[in-house]
Amino acid sequence: MTQERPDIVVPPREYTRREVMTRVATTAGVAAATVALGGWLASRKPRVAAAGVRIRDHRVARSPGDVDLAIARGPDPTENVRRAIKALGGIERFVRPGERVVVKPNAGWNRLPDQAANTSPEVVAEIVRQCVGAGARAVWVTDVSINNAERCFERSGLAAAAAAGGGKLVLPDARGFRPVVLDGKLLQEAEVLWPFVDADKVINVPAIKQHGLTGASMSMKNWYGVLGGHRVRLHQSIEQAIADLAGMMRPTLTVLDGTRVLMANGPSGGSLDDVKRGDTVIAGIDEVAIDSAGAALLGRSVADLPFLAAGEAAGLGRTDYRSLKLVEVGG
Amino acid sequence: MFRTLRRLWQLLFLAIFVWLVIVTTASLVGGFPVEWFFAVDPLVAVVTALSRHALPLMLLWAVPMVVLTLVFGRFFCGWICPFGTLHQAVGWIGKLRRARDRIALNRPRRLYDLKYFILVAMLVAAALGSAQVGLLDPIATSWRAFATVLVPAADNLTGGVYHGQRHFHASTLIAALFIAALALNLWIPRLYCRMLCPAGALFGLLAKFSLFRLERDVSRCTDCNVCGADCQGAAEPQGELRATECLLCLNCVGACKKGGMKYRFMASPELTVDRLDLGRRRTLTALAAGVAFVPLARASDGVGPRANPKRIRPPGALGEEDFLELCLKCGACMQACPTGGLQPALGEAGFEGLWTPVLMPRLGWCEQGCVLCTQVCPTGALKKLTIAEKLGQPPAREPVRIGSAFVDRGRCLPWAVDTSCIVCEEVCPTAPKAVYFKLETVVTRDGGSRTLKRPFVELTRCTGCGVCESQCPVADEAAIRVTSVGETRSQRNRVLVGRGV
Repeated sequence: MTQERPDIVVPPREYTRREVMTRVATTAGVAAATVALGGWLASRKPRVAAAGVRIRDHRVARSPGDVDLAIARGPDPTENVRRAIKALGGIERFVRPGERVVVKPNAGWNRLPDQAANTSPEVVAEIVRQCVGAGARAVWVTDVSINNAERCFERSGLAAAAAAGGGKLVLPDARGFRPVVLDGKLLQEAEVLWPFVDADKVINVPAIKQHGLTGASMSMKNWYGVLGGHRVRLHQSIEQAIADLAGMMRPTLTVLDGTRVLMANGPSGGSLDDVKRGDTVIAGIDEVAIDSAGAALLGRSVADLPFLAAGEAAGLGRTDYRSLKLVEVGG
Repeated sequence: MFRTLRRLWQLLFLAIFVWLVIVTTASLVGGFPVEWFFAVDPLVAVVTALSRHALPLMLLWAVPMVVLTLVFGRFFCGWICPFGTLHQAVGWIGKLRRARDRIALNRPRRLYDLKYFILVAMLVAAALGSAQVGLLDPIATSWRAFATVLVPAADNLTGGVYHGQRHFHASTLIAALFIAALALNLWIPRLYCRMLCPAGALFGLLAKFSLFRLERDVSRCTDCNVCGADCQGAAEPQGELRATECLLCLNCVGACKKGGMKYRFMASPELTVDRLDLGRRRTLTALAAGVAFVPLARASDGVGPRANPKRIRPPGALGEEDFLELCLKCGACMQACPTGGLQPALGEAGFEGLWTPVLMPRLGWCEQGCVLCTQVCPTGALKKLTIAEKLGQPPAREPVRIGSAFVDRGRCLPWAVDTSCIVCEEVCPTAPKAVYFKLETVVTRDGGSRTLKRPFVELTRCTGCGVCESQCPVADEAAIRVTSVGETRSQRNRVLVGRGV
């Protein structure tokens, strides 16, 4: 390790003037960049979480003479949907070419169509087909299921219905929810699945079911199925929650599926003994009116279902559906 | 002479550090800049800026520190860092007798590049959501050890630091790792600084640009190599001095009997190198490790959809994801907490949340009129609060809730033992009280009757402060306990709909 000292020491090379200038300039440059970056960072406000967006009102303008509510009765659900939408003025009244439409069935449960826990696949398939036919750019079929969503959509036949109509099934993903603000009495914020935030048009396609807590689950209650987060809390004040959610989502069109009606053990059902043929489709714009009309299929009156009064009090629609311009076909 | 000056300077800053840790104890916080040591550690500013895309004014101290390092080199490591001072002291204890052995021990090693890879991986992980760099940052590491182990131990011996003894959750682990890091010096001097320290790596990168460096005067040099005998950074002053590794300890200057080491502007390019040859593949691997960390860590359930009931964060804590992006686990908030309730989490906050602060009400509660923890947080993981904001006085609409209390009727004396008590109601600080009682007449075992005051909690008034749990007379597991549900910072970890809980 030790070396002999050389007799002649060659002095080491020094930096040239050019090199010194370059080095000083580089260091000064990095220092200046640090100062600038520090100043810029100090001038900024800390990043905050994205604020919630508002979901727009998706209803289309009503022309004088437009039909408000159509009730179609008959054994063929596809035909019922066709006649009801035709009575309202055709799908063109609601969907324009190039729009992105979300179709929201009730696909909450891992049940077969005959068990009537979900919306009938025939009804959904026909609505999707009509939207595609009207020139919609995208037709998303989705629901935030309660049971495993993949199985719910498969067993209910709704995945096949979406495909048959030419639509796209969107399975809910925990990362697909967006913060939304609303003006509810109970709810001021919610987490909503993205298609309901992004879509140009929204079509609600609920089933009719008995529900232990609310009496019935129809159009208004169906909006529970767009929510993520800790939604089970809403049951503490379910009537107001339903009214608030119905105020948040104002769909373009609602098609209430009364093909099969789950009369008891709802909303999950399971026994065919609890299912009654309804052979009815009720379509319209006013969800309070639609649910008031649908109550009869469950053998309930408006007075039996307090969320209808809460919806009417919130200015969302009329329980006296017969005062609207109503068309009944078939039966 | 230089060595004495440096030692005095190091001792001065170590003393300032210990003093700041001690004055952070609640009764003493009062206008002292207790986060100053975090402010002069640029790594803290880097982590904060990566997460917030902004810097609080205090952390602008990083700017002069960076600029001075760019000009003069790693003076922080050799002269200011309290952890470095401790390492150096332990290294002095373990110093080998023969200079030849020390020279061999202080040769550069490839292993010392590890700190740069640690820095790269940890900064990438911090940018993507997890500030694990606090596990190794020298200021955070020393603060954590002093706050949760060393000062409490000193108090244990002298009784002179706190009003009442402090205990910290599983702090033995913190102590063991801290002592192990220091013990490394008995093998290789300042091994932690050379091999692991991410702040040292950051300073090393900056020192690449340094204009002033140590230089060997070859006309005086006898190639005896003694300048390398006590080189703290393994910077090889006897050959080409490595500017990125030199800690400016100046031991080489004192060691050279010929006066052959000089600190000068534009040292000869033949006698100093600023090259840092990390290798592209290795650097990319470190980068990939940083990118992979958050997804790997989040595959576990620590930051999952359900909050841990025991993860009761201090008031002002940001939402959990933002919080983990900023919290360096330094323990300043724990040191500030006047009741000793803020504790380093072990498993309560998941793998990523190791040593982050959680309230353990059995050890201490969240004092209602106190926001000290939020005042001392160096990165803003705890948002600074005023007492009015914490209490929810206008313009704030709601008090800051950190959790909710629930009565365990199987352990509560009036509920389970027909014995009167109601301490929880007495200590509840909200007005009206969140803990209230109802009079209930019960049939006793012998058939008589007794009227008892039985406690209930009105969740909309409860802020989760935990004073009820803290004071509950059931000495081991309290009969009223706080869990994190209802915390203001989370939209999901809630109980009641539409009522802010």
